[in-house]
Amino acid sequence: MNEDALFWHRLQFAFTIVYHYLFPQLTMGLALLIVIMKGLSLRPGGDAWALAARFWIRVFGINFAVGVVTGIPMEFQFGTNWGSFTRYAGNVVGHTLAMEGLFAFFLESSFLSLLVWGEKRLSPRMHFLSAVALWAGSWLSGYFIVCTNAFMQHPVGHATAQDGTLRLVSFWEFLFNPWALAQYAHTMSAAVVTGSFVVAAAGAFYTLQRTHLDQAKRFLRVGTFAGLASSMIVAFPTGDIQAKLVAEYQPVTLAAMEGRFETGPMAGITLIGQPNVAARRLDNPIAVPGILSFLAYGAFHRTVKGLNEFPQEQWPTNLELLYYSFHVMAGLGTLFIGLMAGAALLSWRGWLHQVKPVLWALLLAFPFPYIANTAGWMTAELGRQPWLVYGLFRTAQGASPQVHSGTTLFTLIGFTGMYALLAVLFLFLIGREIAHGPEADHV
Amino acid sequence: MFELWFAIVCAMLAAYVVLDGYDFGAGIVHLFVARNNEERRQVLAAIGPYWDGNEVWLLAAGGALFVAFPRVLSAGISGFYFAIFLVLWCLILRGIAIEFRSHLADPLWRAAWDFLFALASMLLALFFGTALGNLVRGVPLNDAGWFSLPLFTTFSPSGVVGILDWYTIGAGLMGVVALGAHGAAFLTWRTDGEVQRRARLGAKHLFRAAVGLWLILFFETHRLNDVLSVLGQRPLGWLGVALALGGIAAVHHGLERGKDLTAFLGTSAFLAGTLVATAACLFPVMLKSIDNPALSITAYTGGGDEAGLRLALRWLGIGLPLAIGYFVMNFRLHRGKAVAARDGEGY
Ligand code: HDD
Ligand code: HEM
Ligand code: HEM
Repeated sequence: MNEDALFWHRLQFAFTIVYHYLFPQLTMGLALLIVIMKGLSLRPGGDAWALAARFWIRVFGINFAVGVVTGIPMEFQFGTNWGSFTRYAGNVVGHTLAMEGLFAFFLESSFLSLLVWGEKRLSPRMHFLSAVALWAGSWLSGYFIVCTNAFMQHPVGHATAQDGTLRLVSFWEFLFNPWALAQYAHTMSAAVVTGSFVVAAAGAFYTLQRTHLDQAKRFLRVGTFAGLASSMIVAFPTGDIQAKLVAEYQPVTLAAMEGRFETGPMAGITLIGQPNVAARRLDNPIAVPGILSFLAYGAFHRTVKGLNEFPQEQWPTNLELLYYSFHVMAGLGTLFIGLMAGAALLSWRGWLHQVKPVLWALLLAFPFPYIANTAGWMTAELGRQPWLVYGLFRTAQGASPQVHSGTTLFTLIGFTGMYALLAVLFLFLIGREIAHGPEADHV
Repeated sequence: MFELWFAIVCAMLAAYVVLDGYDFGAGIVHLFVARNNEERRQVLAAIGPYWDGNEVWLLAAGGALFVAFPRVLSAGISGFYFAIFLVLWCLILRGIAIEFRSHLADPLWRAAWDFLFALASMLLALFFGTALGNLVRGVPLNDAGWFSLPLFTTFSPSGVVGILDWYTIGAGLMGVVALGAHGAAFLTWRTDGEVQRRARLGAKHLFRAAVGLWLILFFETHRLNDVLSVLGQRPLGWLGVALALGGIAAVHHGLERGKDLTAFLGTSAFLAGTLVATAACLFPVMLKSIDNPALSITAYTGGGDEAGLRLALRWLGIGLPLAIGYFVMNFRLHRGKAVAARDGEGY
């Protein structure tokens, strides 16, 4: 296996997973908001909420379909592209991947058509329960896959067998990996951020357009309240816990995320600055001192190790991208809290529909949670390098030995074409739903 | 333990073929049995609520293979690297065709998806049949337990082989015809009117062709390698053959008398029986080496971990009944003949 093939394997996996994850994050976030809307609609006089839910369920259906078809290739690429990894870790991570199918995907797929097309056929209560089932299924699926990833970040509950492959020793330790719990809490709240921003953006859009005003008000209300709550939870406690885990178990990653080369106390968080790996320094840094020490260890004066402390072969391989990803995520997270706090306050006072600048901000903000989520995963995945299973198995060892670089490049190009088509179809159909709006019955 | 997991993986794959098979089959025949928009929507209404759940059996079987026999999974699907991606792209197109087709009332939009749905379903049936043919014929495994195959070489199933040769192509054709018959039988059961009439006719002809191909492949397999020579000593193999024969009788009986469910159960039994018999004869080999039996990967050398598999039985014991429960619920909620949905609703 040559270096060349490894590069294309990595790029293909990164591209297909980043693309896939654009859809589940909305599925998982929206599922919760749909449950809330359906719940509100069960109260007397809740018909308007039923209408709101109906609109979002249609969007959900389209989004879900793309999530499903882009998810299936992910499952297979462990075997096709990462065959040596599959051999090495299959006895462990196979458990969660199989359980995801058995416990989550069956549940989701069985209730999908009931939720999307079953409203007339089912009683309101049963339709509500279908929404709950879909929410539970999608969040379960999130847990199993995050648990798989958490094992790669922080392997626990395993042993190495004579033939060098991994064995599962403690199922419960593996399933309730502390890393998985933290990562799950953070990822799920981040998914709700995406869902809330999308719902709020639709509300802002209709308000600015002066159409569907009653529904728009509801969208804004749900979107801003859920948006504020989830944005806060994403930062604290969940983001904070993540940072502490990284500091404890992947100290070299933490140094790289912050572009810190020197070891020292009162480590700051950089607001602006570019890592210069050749010169081993951060160019034109503007930093707030002490914050990194606090994030990582809960005290401003604590010493944070710098990259110089570690041999360079242990450094994450793409330090610059890792650094930028982390800063994009954390920076956006801070902005989200600010925006949603303002908007939620206005919505609570009943003024939001008149404040045009905030409505515009909400409308234009919806792509940013997608960017933050992607940047977050890039942080996690680039930070894990050069390991595929942290501390145990290097990424360079993981690819299928007999698949050549040209073949992988070819399938990558194939995916690019296929996914471009999916994007066009998806945007077209979602655009139509938005244009029709929540009130019309239509084709 | 490894025997049990061999059986579990095979049973899940067989469940996948029988279940997703009928919606593939519906795709294969729908251009012929459903001629206008109303009729096409009848077909889609019949499979719409099920296709995704059926496809999950593929993922579940893949997951079981992942945890139980990681060496088999990694060698198998990386060896067929390019073919696997063709399968994945067809699965994408097919899923999107089913889900997106009725969102727009435009006739061109719908015609395009109808065609893609039929094409992708047919290609997938062809690929899966060919894959089974490759597994029975064997692949050129190396010492480290990896292989890679060209698409074709001389079209002969011995010597330096490719994915396609006349034997595996035969198996692929069998896949198309048998799943087509299976889907037609399903539509006969779940639709009415013209669609049902045409589906019944299609099921009859396709099934006859499937049985013909089945017999030819049976003898060709016997001629080609020794896989079938152990059939006599494998009770499960006999059971599989009996099931398939019973299925043939049931299809004949069901289609003649208008007992549509019987006919559908017959095509299901035919497919399941054939797969069970094949698996029973191959056991314990999972990836057969074409030139050196010592290199074959078996259920015992497939990379499993006994203790882990004992553990996995517990979650399987909870998960499988749940999955079957959802399946029964879904069929009950959608029972009765499928009717085309109003525009703007349903598949
Ligand atoms: C809306 C999206 C979003 C927002 C605003 C944030 N995050 Fe995040 N973050 C994610 C979405 C995300 C994610 C996509 O969900 C990740 C990827 C892997 C994971 O566990 O969650 C992630 C990973 C991730 C990691 C890497 C864990 C690892 O290396 O495995 C850290 C340290 C943080 N986050 C910390 C934060 C902090 C301190 C934030 C402050 C505001 C923050 N995140 C905002
Ligand atoms: C939660 C389940 C996930 C698992 C099990 C997983 C697993 C993997 C594997 C096996 C690789 C290839 C080997 C490697 O390069 O280390 C990889 C790389 C990568 N993944 Fe993930 N991934 C998951 C989620 C995600 C998500 C949701 C994203 C982004 C949205 C993501 C982004 C990436 C990127 C950018 C790479 C390339 C890193 C590099 O090679 O430098 N991953 N992941
Ligand atoms: C390497 C990583 C991943 C793999 C192998 C994978 C696999 C899959 C598969 C096979 C499906 C289709 C299920 C069906 O047919 O119903 C799917 C959908 C889904 N995946 Fe992923 N996935 C990965 C990453 C993620 C991540 C990181 C998350 C969330 C944390 C996630 C959440 C979901 C959800 C909620 C669905 C339901 C369909 C949808 O909402 O779009 N997946 N995934």
